Amino acid sequence: MQISGAQMVIEALIAEEVEVVFGYPGGAIMNVYDEIYKQRSFQHILTRHEQAAVHAAEGYAKATGKVGVAMITSGPGFTNAVTGLADAYMDSIPLVVISGQVPMSLIGTDAFQEIDAVGISRSCTKHNYLVTDAADLPRILKEAFYIARTGRPGPVHVDIPKDVTAQIAKFDYSKEVELESYKPTTKGNARQIKKAIEAIAASKRPLLYLGGGVISSGAADLVREFSKLTQIPAVETLMALGTLRYDDPLLISMLGMHGSYAANMAMSETDLVIGLGARFDDRVTGKLSEFAKNAQIIHVDIDPASVSKLVHAHFPIVGDVKNVLKQMILLASKQVDPARFESWHNTIANFNKLHPLSYKEEGDRLKPQWVVERIGQLLGDSANISTDVGQHQMWTAQFYPFTRPRQWISSGGLGTMGFGFPAAMGVKRADMERVSINITGDGSILMNIQELMTAVEYKLPVVNIILNNNFLGMVRQWQTLFYDKRHSQTDLSMQPDFVKLAEAFGGVGYRVNTKEEFDAALKDAVEKDVVAIIDVVVNRFENVLPMVPAGGSLFNMMLEYKEK
Amino acid sequence: MIDQTERRVISVIVMNEASVLSRIVGLFSGRGYNIESLTVAPIPESKYSRITIVTAGSVRVVEQITKQLHKLIPVLKVYEHADLVETEMALVKIPMSESLGDVEALTHAYNGRILDVGSDTMIVMVSDEPMRVNHFLEAIKRFHPKEIVRSGSVALER
Repeated sequence: MQISGAQMVIEALIAEEVEVVFGYPGGAIMNVYDEIYKQRSFQHILTRHEQAAVHAAEGYAKATGKVGVAMITSGPGFTNAVTGLADAYMDSIPLVVISGQVPMSLIGTDAFQEIDAVGISRSCTKHNYLVTDAADLPRILKEAFYIARTGRPGPVHVDIPKDVTAQIAKFDYSKEVELESYKPTTKGNARQIKKAIEAIAASKRPLLYLGGGVISSGAADLVREFSKLTQIPAVETLMALGTLRYDDPLLISMLGMHGSYAANMAMSETDLVIGLGARFDDRVTGKLSEFAKNAQIIHVDIDPASVSKLVHAHFPIVGDVKNVLKQMILLASKQVDPARFESWHNTIANFNKLHPLSYKEEGDRLKPQWVVERIGQLLGDSANISTDVGQHQMWTAQFYPFTRPRQWISSGGLGTMGFGFPAAMGVKRADMERVSINITGDGSILMNIQELMTAVEYKLPVVNIILNNNFLGMVRQWQTLFYDKRHSQTDLSMQPDFVKLAEAFGGVGYRVNTKEEFDAALKDAVEKDVVAIIDVVVNRFENVLPMVPAGGSLFNMMLEYKEK
Repeated sequence: MIDQTERRVISVIVMNEASVLSRIVGLFSGRGYNIESLTVAPIPESKYSRITIVTAGSVRVVEQITKQLHKLIPVLKVYEHADLVETEMALVKIPMSESLGDVEALTHAYNGRILDVGSDTMIVMVSDEPMRVNHFLEAIKRFHPKEIVRSGSVALER
């Protein structure tokens, strides 16, 4: 079949069974948009900013496990999308991002809207391509999807010059992808797995340390099976929330900088860490030399570069968590005696009793933690929860009752403010049955507020719940704790009327001061099924606790803050 | 021992395609690894190139470099600390006022020769193990070299 480069893009998206593309047109990508106009196979959602297009694709990908697709033009279109690429790269989200480029003859001439896009995306993508001949396009697009979803998933960027989208060439998408130099190890070495199980059988205080890899591998059910079988307790990273149900007796909670006392103490006391798809990030480990000091480490990860990168693994296992867990379950059912961990359970129960995650109700103002808990009580499993980045994100991680994988969508590694709203649109598009909630802050929400228009236009009724403390709360908290209360540039007393703002775009808005008002607003917003902002006035100076100060040891937590 | 910084030679086989070199160089700069020298050329009659990188780092850092290199899609093989035979070349420009015979004798001792003789300067070449090239460059100082260029190491596993 002889077709143009632009038509090839459409054909490839159809062949990959793409159902939605998030994007924003412009000069260099117009040939492709002309073909989008002519097709009926997939939906195109016009976001109001390129960054939002990529975040929406991320939300879609995280909610479905499929590859998210975003499309943008050259120059500023592309540079706006870079934050999304970087975010997806840090959190291993499978994306294919297609950008237009100036025609080949103009590359290198500082042409209008020209930027060295692949030069910029090289360090924040799993792989990237500059297409120089339409004949290469079918192969490149097929490789892009393949690379994005296999191994450790990640974003792949394909930059296509305008003349290449006009060029006619042969389209054959049937060939299998064959990459001589890219063959991810997925199986896991059987001998290492055997040794790991022997170590588990011999351990007294083993601890499952679950990371985002468990979710992206689709291994949550197997984790549930393994922990039930062996009775080994578990901690989750921010990226793994929902792997175990919140009320699973074996789940301690999130660990790390804002993890619970029990989770961090368990990690400090364990004699065997069983790391599954986790990467020992600094927000999780605190001071490395003190991290899990008494423990041997089993580290299962599909990315060999993650294993022993920061913490030496005594039992390194490179492979897909799903495959490895299947083998582990088989062996563990014969070799691991769940009864031997009973006193370990008691120790953890004591940690839990000593300092459970909690907050104090005081004063007239609502506590942000109460708001999160209340959303959980009212919506629970029926909502998908996205967040932005900051205090509200940590409170949601601490207090929302997550019941399933892919229910929780947040920007972990890059920590991108402005992620939540567009991501929640992508989540809604992926799962129209459930309510899509974006729990956000008064700082973050304004970073992609223009998406109100997109959400209204495409009927993606995200309910944005602002925990409004008139501060860039997390930075304010650090300033209070570590900068002697010099609240430099974090006071956000100057604010828009969020109710009118929502209404101006055709959504609904609520300003909430009391518990009753909150219940009524959330109920109304969910029933109305339109884009909503619920602006909740919360206690201004609430801190996220417990807290392990950056670079501190996990067992050295700040449990409460006393006014000096 | 494990944290001791040592000179390391890493030999990388890559697909011979656009921008593969910048991926490698970007990886080193982006992750804060250092490059002492780097050479690259296509492997004849193949679709591959070989890149030889001399770096310095602890066992742990070099292990991480090796893994990160492997992670790049167009990287096929990474040889590190294998049994490598290593050679480097250096060119030196020397004023004609120096004794041609003495210069020739010295270069000869380091597998070299005089490449070019002009009216004011001559250019000599040596090709030897990097350590011996260092020695040569020390010894040649007495002939007042005007310019020196080193090629960087190339290496092959034995």
